[in-house]
Amino acid sequence: MTTAERTDIVVIGSGFGGAIAAYHLAAGGAKVVVLERGPWLSTEEFEHDFILGSSSTRIFEFVAGRGMSVLGGNCVGGGSVVFFATMPRAPSFIFERQGSIGRRLFPAAISRETLNPWYDRVVEALPVHRQEWNEVTYPGGLWAAACRHAGHTANPVPVAIDTAMCTNCNWMMAGCRFDAKRSLLMNYLPAAISHGAQIRPLHEVQQLSRNDDGSYRVHYSVIDDEDYRIQTGSGAIDAKIIVLAAGAGATPVILQRSERTLGAMPFAVGRYFSGNGERLNTAVLNEDKVREVLGLSRPGGQAYRANQIGRGPSVASWDRLDASLPEFSRFSLEQLYFPPGLGTILAQAAGPDGPAWFGPEKKEMLRQWNSWLTIFTMSEDDNEGVFGPPPPSGNAVRISQQMLGQGNLEYKPTKNTLRGWAESDAAVKDILERDGLAKVMPWTNEVVGAYTVHPLASCRIGDDPATSALDDGHELRNHPGIFVTDGSAVPCGLTVNPALTIAALAERAMPGIVAAARERGVQVKYGAPAPGGVASATRAVDRTAA
Amino acid sequence: MQSDTSGGDQYRMRTLEAWADTFVPGAKRWPDDRAIAGAAAGPGAVDAGAVELLETPATGVSDGLDSLAKALNEHAGAWAASHGVTIDDSVPAFVALSYADRAAVVRMLIAPDHPEKDIWILVALFCFMAFDTAAHMRTVDAIATGHPGLTAMGFAKPDADGLWRFPYFSYGKQLASLHPGTTPAGDPA
Repeated sequence: MTTAERTDIVVIGSGFGGAIAAYHLAAGGAKVVVLERGPWLSTEEFEHDFILGSSSTRIFEFVAGRGMSVLGGNCVGGGSVVFFATMPRAPSFIFERQGSIGRRLFPAAISRETLNPWYDRVVEALPVHRQEWNEVTYPGGLWAAACRHAGHTANPVPVAIDTAMCTNCNWMMAGCRFDAKRSLLMNYLPAAISHGAQIRPLHEVQQLSRNDDGSYRVHYSVIDDEDYRIQTGSGAIDAKIIVLAAGAGATPVILQRSERTLGAMPFAVGRYFSGNGERLNTAVLNEDKVREVLGLSRPGGQAYRANQIGRGPSVASWDRLDASLPEFSRFSLEQLYFPPGLGTILAQAAGPDGPAWFGPEKKEMLRQWNSWLTIFTMSEDDNEGVFGPPPPSGNAVRISQQMLGQGNLEYKPTKNTLRGWAESDAAVKDILERDGLAKVMPWTNEVVGAYTVHPLASCRIGDDPATSALDDGHELRNHPGIFVTDGSAVPCGLTVNPALTIAALAERAMPGIVAAARERGVQVKYGAPAPGGVASATRAVDRTAA
Repeated sequence: MQSDTSGGDQYRMRTLEAWADTFVPGAKRWPDDRAIAGAAAGPGAVDAGAVELLETPATGVSDGLDSLAKALNEHAGAWAASHGVTIDDSVPAFVALSYADRAAVVRMLIAPDHPEKDIWILVALFCFMAFDTAAHMRTVDAIATGHPGLTAMGFAKPDADGLWRFPYFSYGKQLASLHPGTTPAGDPA
């Protein structure tokens, strides 16, 4: 039998679920190793460049599936490095959702009220702040004005961005060059390292096995730092506790591949995937109408022409986050920016035979790119995603050196999901086509299927063992000592950006994970303050002790 | 002298150009340009560097371009035969088609039930990316040399250090009423 390196705890993935676990466990005294499949970039390496091989492809992943494409981070810091740092709390009604299973999807122990103290911790740690109107970008302001014109409300969204340092360059998907985005590279991860946690980039976990003493062995490959299709080595680490946080597109794949060695997985592993009900519409604004109808103008006299300016989303309309509406009819509509490529290819123009994502009309639409306004729907989908058999390694067959892969996620939207999308398309059209402001078209789903930047629920918490993979403490059913703390644990679409909820749920899981580690003989305590703050941490510890 | 003949490198080059031109069409480069159909004014994906991007090893498709070009022409030939379209065999079959017929072949190949859908979509995405992002070039160089796609889109110039900054970014005033349920922290209720 081969011998393996030993540690107390292995954390798989360094996004919100992994970084928060690494911090609390290391600060509490445990020996922690974090294995991250992607590279580790510093601020100076975040480039403003679309060339293949720059940070925009090194740290970002696009996995095409069967009916669903998943976009996410692939680096130390995970999604927090590439995301738009929009961090609202989930509305209260979300915690009461039943989906199509006829019972509450969230565990009984979790509601907005009980999660609020854990939200507070993350808000303090990053930090997250409420934006004022003078922080709102031109595209956000335009969306707000259009909403008002149509009789709707609109809100500046809470963000984890230091807007005083932000240059509104809109390159945040390639990492923030100006340290304005409060990614995990600026709080939880350096705090974890200062307490002794080791972070190993380009270490891709393939599977887990169980040792005779009840500990787990984590089997990994070492990935080439330029061509991610190449594995340059392999190894294994033994640990008493595993925190699995590889992301909702990868966590279930690792567990599926581990069935051979660990035994049967709960039914819900790799099922009930949610794309957060995401959908995009692109409007091409009539600049004259923007001035006439909305009364907007920029210094220099232009009405808008500011698609390129900003920092992802800055304003959302929450009128349809109405608890009295039936499930699958509730959604938020958020102004958004995607860079060219990801943000332009799937947009549709009005062609001679209907909507067209390519051809002469699309080219003409591209010529008006600076007058585009992209509106992002986050709705209540039906958890209809199912992962097929795992690929030979990783979570996808890597096609390109970086970024592009083919995975096995199958997603066939149900009538419920399609209804929500249709209602949101109609709502966007009603707001933006009013009085000739714009022409609006949804993105095509025919090319890469549906798509999500917020994959969720593929290994979810719940009270019902038949429909949830994890108990309400995030422990994998029938596999004690394995905890899942990433987006895959969130039970359903949230109708808003999920990062803060993923992080709050991870924070909430920490006392239980620490207790499990102590039961296995790890010398670790719970109670570290939030990195950079102590107030909410003190309240949380008081509550845990009560 | 430019050539659209069906031999060797030209066969592959012109086939790939015709494919790329279907997604972001451009004006003909010379009067008897066959690869570019001339379906739109101004430079398109080909002028933007689509073939150069496809030939970049980092894409993962560069090694398969010969067989892709061959397969595309076989599909085009079969499509033409089944639709009563006569092919001029002095050029590759896909090149011989009109723009509308090329678009019909594309729609067939990327249809949800087509067995080769994944690879055709992949090479289509790179053709788009050549125009929309110039992913085969440093973006600052693409802007400096007037890359046709980024120029057509009005992509802004960077500062002297090659980084983008927009000091003016906000209308600077409240432009809508807040949702009445907004919490003091700015969240939905």
